Amino acid sequence: MANIKVLVAKPGLDGHDRGAKVVARALRDAGFEVIYTGIRLTPEQIAEAALQDDVNVVALSLLSGAHNTLFPKVVELLNAKGMKNVLVIGGGVIPEADIPGLKAAGIKEVFTPGTPTTKVVEFIKANVK
Amino acid sequence: MANDTLKTEFKRYMDEADAKCAKFPERANLEPNRLYTPLDIEGFDYEKDLGFPGEFPFTRGVQPTMYRGRFWTMRMYAGFSTAEESNKRYRYLLANGGSGLSCAFDLPTQIGYDSTDPMAEGEVGKVGVAIDSLADMEILFNQIDLSKVSTSMTINAPASVLLCMYIAVAEKQGVPAAKLRGTIQNDILKEYSARGTYIFPPKPSMRLITNIFEYCSKNVPLWNTISISGYHIREAGSTAAQEIAFTIADGIAYVEAALKAGMDIDAFAGRLSFFWNAHNNVLEEVAKYRASRRIWARIMKDRFHAKKAKSMMLRFHTQTAGSMLTAQQPNNNIVRVALQVAAAVMGGTQSLHTNSKDEALALPTTESVTIALRTQQIVAYESGLADTIDPLGGSYYVEALTNKIEKEAMDYIKKIDELGGAPEAIAKGYIQKEIQDSAYKWQMDVEQGKRIIVGVNKFTQEEEPPKNLLRVDGSVGKLQAKKIADVKAKRDNAKVKATLAALEDACHKDEKTNLIPFILEAVRAYATEGEICGVMRKVFGEFKAHTAL
Repeated sequence: MANIKVLVAKPGLDGHDRGAKVVARALRDAGFEVIYTGIRLTPEQIAEAALQDDVNVVALSLLSGAHNTLFPKVVELLNAKGMKNVLVIGGGVIPEADIPGLKAAGIKEVFTPGTPTTKVVEFIKANVK
Repeated sequence: MANDTLKTEFKRYMDEADAKCAKFPERANLEPNRLYTPLDIEGFDYEKDLGFPGEFPFTRGVQPTMYRGRFWTMRMYAGFSTAEESNKRYRYLLANGGSGLSCAFDLPTQIGYDSTDPMAEGEVGKVGVAIDSLADMEILFNQIDLSKVSTSMTINAPASVLLCMYIAVAEKQGVPAAKLRGTIQNDILKEYSARGTYIFPPKPSMRLITNIFEYCSKNVPLWNTISISGYHIREAGSTAAQEIAFTIADGIAYVEAALKAGMDIDAFAGRLSFFWNAHNNVLEEVAKYRASRRIWARIMKDRFHAKKAKSMMLRFHTQTAGSMLTAQQPNNNIVRVALQVAAAVMGGTQSLHTNSKDEALALPTTESVTIALRTQQIVAYESGLADTIDPLGGSYYVEALTNKIEKEAMDYIKKIDELGGAPEAIAKGYIQKEIQDSAYKWQMDVEQGKRIIVGVNKFTQEEEPPKNLLRVDGSVGKLQAKKIADVKAKRDNAKVKATLAALEDACHKDEKTNLIPFILEAVRAYATEGEICGVMRKVFGEFKAHTAL
């Protein structure tokens, strides 16, 4: 794919955006077109932004522990808007035990603390449709 | 040795050592010099640069006896799930030698939403305790004597509401406000630049802050009315010098706002407190704490003409760096935290929270919190680091580093002054951009192996996912919804309506109308936090951030 468009988004009320911003910048440096939403968005606002900007990837970041509620909700809303081909990935302080459930809900990969940004770049290149 | 002789000798030593060192170039490019000598602190003047502890410019510490009088307050930041659960954790910590409380509130509480608000979905009780009304606060401090304990509350945009709830709980315990000791974070500027739990735009937010300064100076005189925080700026990725520079610039803005509101500098400056990070580089951190005290003392004296010594003292709480905890090989974090404690103690902190080893994975379990508290106790009672004041004072390296950090920080403060002060610098995105650049550089250094994190990019190993992580029950939201319904059924709703209407009216008046008495009345009537903040949202509007990459 020539031009991969990524929406980096922070659902919920969590203000920890160091990871989201670092990843966003690394993805941009890797040649992707990156849109960063800023903090404190509802799943609805994120899905709407993904639709408006017609992105290929939605990268969610959350450190507050609300991921089990909010990540799947973003996927649901994307599906409801007909964006079934969007690659949804997530990152943050997410216990290992939660990852299978998130994957079953349509989050294709979950990146936990210590992940090099290059790994995220490679994953997107290999999995984007 | 005279300086000229020393210079000649130093050159001879360096040349000879370089010749030998050529065989071992691996660590040749570190930033500090290989060796520090009196040449690195030329012009050093003990009385002017350091002075004695408890005396201007307070470089060596704010109290004359420091830990020889008493240890720092071991104040563990805690709170999760419901008020009942958190109250148990507080009483456990106090029973185990914790010497002060520190409340973590969940995000809906920090952003002025009731647990039942649609915006609160998924977040109730997660990163802290859910507080919706005075009824929750009564449970949170059940069987804790507020005349004896000091309590720090990490609350910013709605700090006024939580402070009023604390005052109201104390009233019910028969403890007058004049006796209450503690701190509210109440630092909105760093919420805009680094932490994210803002509600209102800057102007009404600054009004609430100066209203609190004024109210407390008359009614809650022992309360620290603000904790001007560099912690979160550092967590967001800043350097050590940026941490203190951006924070002191925020401090200058609060002082200017209070002066503009007509207050006398010495009436409120003594109740300002600070909050620093304890990061991994031990000696850099010690130098940072020392530099911060010297900078603040000089600014308060020279720029704001404070008269009282208390007004010039930078008193600070410290928390070990959450962002330096690794999810990999989590037991290693115990060692990191111990070193961070060493830095905070050698730097003269007034109180300290230690993070737990499992916090890169989840909220900490009771077991890991106990290790974190014991770490402080081991440093206090066994290590000898607290046996003498400012033990690194006079070290060529630490003095040179203190000077260097002071200079870097002052350069930033000057730049921020030129931009029109911290609120303007934040509005222009300058501070956020500086922090982001540092964060990105750190990450790239780690990924390129220029910076080693043990267990992450070196000395890695395969490991089983950790077990026994703390999980917050998903039913907290429902429990809180029921509690809110009970409160609303029991309270005098006409009185709630009247107090909220009075608050709304006061919000419309100018900043000379102090909002705190109105908020306190609404709190006493069991108005919920969401209702009170809702009134202020209606009048003041909400802040919307513009985020650039």
